[in-house]
Amino acid sequence: MEKRLIAIFIGLIIGLAGLGGPAWGADFKTAIIYDLGGKFDRSFNEAAYRGAEMFRQETGISYRDFEPTNEAQFEQALRRFARRGNDLVIAVGISYAVPMRNVAREFVDQRFVVIDARVDAPNVQSILFKEHEGSYLVGILAAMSSKSGTIGFIGGMDIPLIRRFALGYREGARSVTPGIKILENMVGTTGAAWNDPIKGGELARSQYSRGADVIFSAAGPTGLGVIQAARDEGRLAIGVDSNQNHIQPGYVLTSMLKRVDLAVYRALMSALNGSWTPGIEVLGLAEGGVDYALDEHNAALISEEMRAAVEAAKAAIISGQVVVRDAMAGPGGTEH
Amino acid sequence: MADLYLDILILLDSALRLATPLVLAALAGLYAERSGIVDIGLEGKMLGAAFAAAAAAAVTGSAWMGLLTGVGASIALALLHGWVSIHQRGNQIVSGAAINIIVAGLAPTLANHWFHLNGQTPLLSGDARFQALIWPGVDAIGNLPVIGPLYAEVISGHNVVTYIAILSVPIAAWVLYRTRFGLRLRAAGENPEAVDTAGISVYGLRYRAMIINGVLCGLAGTALSTGLGAAFVRDMSAGRGFLALAAMIFGRWKPVPTLFACLLFGFVDALQGRLQGVELPLIGEIPFQFTIMLPYIFTVIILAGFVGRIAAPRASGIPYSKEG
Repeated sequence: MEKRLIAIFIGLIIGLAGLGGPAWGADFKTAIIYDLGGKFDRSFNEAAYRGAEMFRQETGISYRDFEPTNEAQFEQALRRFARRGNDLVIAVGISYAVPMRNVAREFVDQRFVVIDARVDAPNVQSILFKEHEGSYLVGILAAMSSKSGTIGFIGGMDIPLIRRFALGYREGARSVTPGIKILENMVGTTGAAWNDPIKGGELARSQYSRGADVIFSAAGPTGLGVIQAARDEGRLAIGVDSNQNHIQPGYVLTSMLKRVDLAVYRALMSALNGSWTPGIEVLGLAEGGVDYALDEHNAALISEEMRAAVEAAKAAIISGQVVVRDAMAGPGGTEH
Repeated sequence: MADLYLDILILLDSALRLATPLVLAALAGLYAERSGIVDIGLEGKMLGAAFAAAAAAAVTGSAWMGLLTGVGASIALALLHGWVSIHQRGNQIVSGAAINIIVAGLAPTLANHWFHLNGQTPLLSGDARFQALIWPGVDAIGNLPVIGPLYAEVISGHNVVTYIAILSVPIAAWVLYRTRFGLRLRAAGENPEAVDTAGISVYGLRYRAMIINGVLCGLAGTALSTGLGAAFVRDMSAGRGFLALAAMIFGRWKPVPTLFACLLFGFVDALQGRLQGVELPLIGEIPFQFTIMLPYIFTVIILAGFVGRIAAPRASGIPYSKEG
């Protein structure tokens, strides 16, 4: 209760801070609800936050936001924001699939956007990403930079979405070194798996001591423990969702970017200028929805040869020459 | 064979790290219950200490300042619980649960207020964190067969809090069974009237037990955020306080068995991570959902089948009043 009040309070402050903007946007109201990792998780949710901030800076229109602290608040929060009559309510995360379906049916005039979940409703826009394509690229980089012939993967909660990261990564690595050994761990089966850096670090240490020299973690804040373990053991980690190269420069090989920021920004923009449409949108490499990160923090880790290989793979995926298998589709399929 | 040996050593190494906060918290619970105070607030005190330690270490840049602050915060919470349980004769379960809830909400809120990192504290590096201590002669001894890897992998290379945790077990055993204070403490938990009749203050003994409890919980929390991890993250204690309570009961309120219970929990946890996705002979690959259940299955089997009758300290949980 206390936490919720504080979250609302913070939302209000942000709302008030935005009131200084141009008056013409004052009648456009929007709200964004994050997933359990929290707004500043330096990963998935933070990307959504950056998208909303980009929109605010450009248009001067403020937004409300809310960070639930448990799953039970998902539907409550959606319903509360819908009842207040926002122009657009954005929910970030696959866990919103069921709450969104319920609330969208109830508030048929409210426009919703849900990220990562697929909700078929006439007033919902579902934005999905081809995580397997981005994971394929970082898999290539991992395999090329590995000297031991063993690489690792650590997933947060064991859900099909995370299996998709894992499969794409495996395929990318095997496209470089067919016999490469890949160690895989999942942190847990509940939401707590996203918030346990100690466990993440311990699993990473175990993989490093079994010979892995690069580990890709798709686990939200738990991944911070993996990056810390890379720093402690002098090995490499691969970040996820946001660009995490800066967290431990020199120890993060690259990051698999999922441009949730662009998705949120575009959704807000289209709602503002009237071009918003419900339906399912899938963002892959071709649409700029996923990518790998290259900046000053990891430039020394990515050789010219690695860069050429990953760019070639990127072009091949975009042109359709290479089709990355999707763990969430049937065997061999790529359709969502 | 050599591979298997190394695998086991790596597991033991991992088990020691995972057991560190458990051992400290379990001993904290043990002191409290032996003096007659039930403490289910271990989780909250650990979390509070983790936050205070990470915040102080981030601000001062010194892990030792973090340790002091973490222990201080934990002692304050322990004394609060002590005051409710001893002077106010309140319900000890309610007080402990209240501490867990207050800290779970307060720590991320304060972190948000001070650091603006969504209830996390800044990442610690360098001296702000307890680094792994490499023991002397690792290079020389490490090459010896059998003993070498054991020394290099398991014994050397932990942070200072892990060694404190291991040391605190014989110290606890000595204090409880070989000192006058220990005798009186145990008596306060079994038969406080006798202690009172002998002219010794039950209240004083119980408060002292709570201070020791605070110190140990503080160390456990500090280990989480500045040793094993490198920042405070919301709910990072992740149920370890309750696991420690189970270990203490499994260890029958005795320091050495409690240590082994904690090591067993740590080992099973490390083992489940190791078994994920591994092909075992005859069985094949164990489904991930099953390996992740292992620690809990073990706990149930052990508590149900192997421990036998468990007798808690007789006066544990009962507030003492002279009027009776």
